Amino acid sequence: MKKHHLKRSAGDIALDAVIYVLLFLLSIVCLYPLYQVLVASISDPNIVMRENGLLLIPQGIQFDAYQIVFSNKNIATGFQNTIFYIVVGTGLQFLTTVTAGYALAKKNVMLKKPIMIYFTITMYFGGGLIPSFLLINRMGLMNTPWAILLPGACSVWNIIIMRTQFVSIPDGLKEVAMIDGASDFTILFRILIPLSGSVIAVLILFSAVGYWNMWYEPMIYLTERSKYPIQSVLREILIDSNSQMMAGAGNAQTKFNVQNDAAAQTLVKYANIIVCTVPILLIYPFLQKYFVKGVMIGSLKG
Amino acid sequence: MLRRLKLDLQRNYQAYLMALPSIILIFIFCYIPMYGILIAFEDYRPQQGVLGSEWVGLQNFADFFQSPHALKVVRNTVFISLYGLLVNFPCPIILALMLNEVRSRAFKRTVQTISYMPYFISNVVICGMLKSFLAYDGAFNALIGLFGIEPQSFLSSPALFPSVIVFSDLWQAIGWNSIIYIAALTGIDPNLYEAARIDGCGRLRQIWHITLPGIVPTMTVLLILSVGGLLSANSDKILLLYSPLTYETGDVIGTFIYRQGLQGGDYSYSTAVGLFQTVINFFLVVFANWFSSKTTETSLW
Repeated sequence: MKKHHLKRSAGDIALDAVIYVLLFLLSIVCLYPLYQVLVASISDPNIVMRENGLLLIPQGIQFDAYQIVFSNKNIATGFQNTIFYIVVGTGLQFLTTVTAGYALAKKNVMLKKPIMIYFTITMYFGGGLIPSFLLINRMGLMNTPWAILLPGACSVWNIIIMRTQFVSIPDGLKEVAMIDGASDFTILFRILIPLSGSVIAVLILFSAVGYWNMWYEPMIYLTERSKYPIQSVLREILIDSNSQMMAGAGNAQTKFNVQNDAAAQTLVKYANIIVCTVPILLIYPFLQKYFVKGVMIGSLKG
Repeated sequence: MLRRLKLDLQRNYQAYLMALPSIILIFIFCYIPMYGILIAFEDYRPQQGVLGSEWVGLQNFADFFQSPHALKVVRNTVFISLYGLLVNFPCPIILALMLNEVRSRAFKRTVQTISYMPYFISNVVICGMLKSFLAYDGAFNALIGLFGIEPQSFLSSPALFPSVIVFSDLWQAIGWNSIIYIAALTGIDPNLYEAARIDGCGRLRQIWHITLPGIVPTMTVLLILSVGGLLSANSDKILLLYSPLTYETGDVIGTFIYRQGLQGGDYSYSTAVGLFQTVINFFLVVFANWFSSKTTETSLW
């Protein structure tokens, strides 16, 4: 190492300086918008309005917007529904992924190849939005959680990744169990799954994030607000500025004597953003290595 | 043959049983909608079903291409996709190259963690933030005002709308999309750098002659995949952010299908538009793949 420290030329130092400065700026650009939302959500809305939303440090600190968010039943229901969709959706996906992955990884299964082709075709061709919508409609799944859970219950992508993982486990282990008279189910759940922990963790993580972010399908298939996942509630609050969903933005307006009702709404919107984003952002750095691993697994297949 | 199959079914019935739920789900939710594409060639009436509705041949396609919408939505889709590709393809590569030059591991890790972060904010929240920040009296206009730039109404200006989509995509995904390049960079043989140093190559020339060629295969694969998506501009955020004011530049095929089909109930027509999109995308991937295997010997299949 010492050798090329000595050799560093002026050009190298300049290059390093440029890179460090650019990366530092990028980090600021990535963090700042969320920081701005945080600051505005705990500041006096009159000051925020006066500064056109650009505040470096919180001023006139208040937490009323958070009180409004936490007492908003729509948010609570949204969180509950989202947890339900994540648990059931990810659970179903897990079951189909490991079982189908196992069948396709097992040796000497005659119809393995046709089944694989049958699955793979769907990665390249699909019916598209309208035929899928009409199908859900005809099946009578409209406005039920199943309209969201069933179409996503089987992921071909995941099955192929799972299959690759199972194939990579040495056959010896499976054969020993076979000789002991273990069934396929036993081999899968007792031997293969425990040995595939990190791949399964990655798949579950991506599936959970998918359900957490989902808003399009609920918009199409759900009509009752009581079934909305959190993103759908947020969509009505943040995008449609639906004051009924915001429940109580008016209180903030009277409390702070804000002239402009948009300013009070913005305050409540910001608090909503923080409540619905920060938990994820706090958990994510601890799971980062799994996410990175997921990108790698995905790219190997792609 | 049949006997072997029977034996196989007997011996492996558990494995087949395990694959069955997935086979059924795929059949229902992937194959039945493919059959549903038939309505693109019909005047579909829900009461009469797919087979009972009147066949109209290519009428729906003709209607689309003769309407003023066709040119507009195809143009907008291609424009936003190409513009996005131009910005979002090189930037993560540049980021990865810069991170690769950083010697301090702590600094590198911190920048990585921070730059991945926006990827974990949902599209709905991103668009909510954009709506507030980019409002005429919003924070972004206040910020550019500091530099003497006139305030703009970003979300209702047809000229600026595509940039809002493209650059917010960049903000969301630049870090995340660099992951794959960073991984490819760690696979480059360090001896190559050693040799280059001995030959008197400076850092920039090492980047140009060793680092970049090392990630060309990764770049090619990702480029092929993006070319395949040229006609499917990510309509998620557009759907959340556009308005009749910005249809002129923001209405893409995905949003057009949604409006015509689900809001307008014009099922056959929008299915035809969707099929057109799928087919073109398919040929684009095949073409990009062919082109790349001819020129760079890297291909998907």
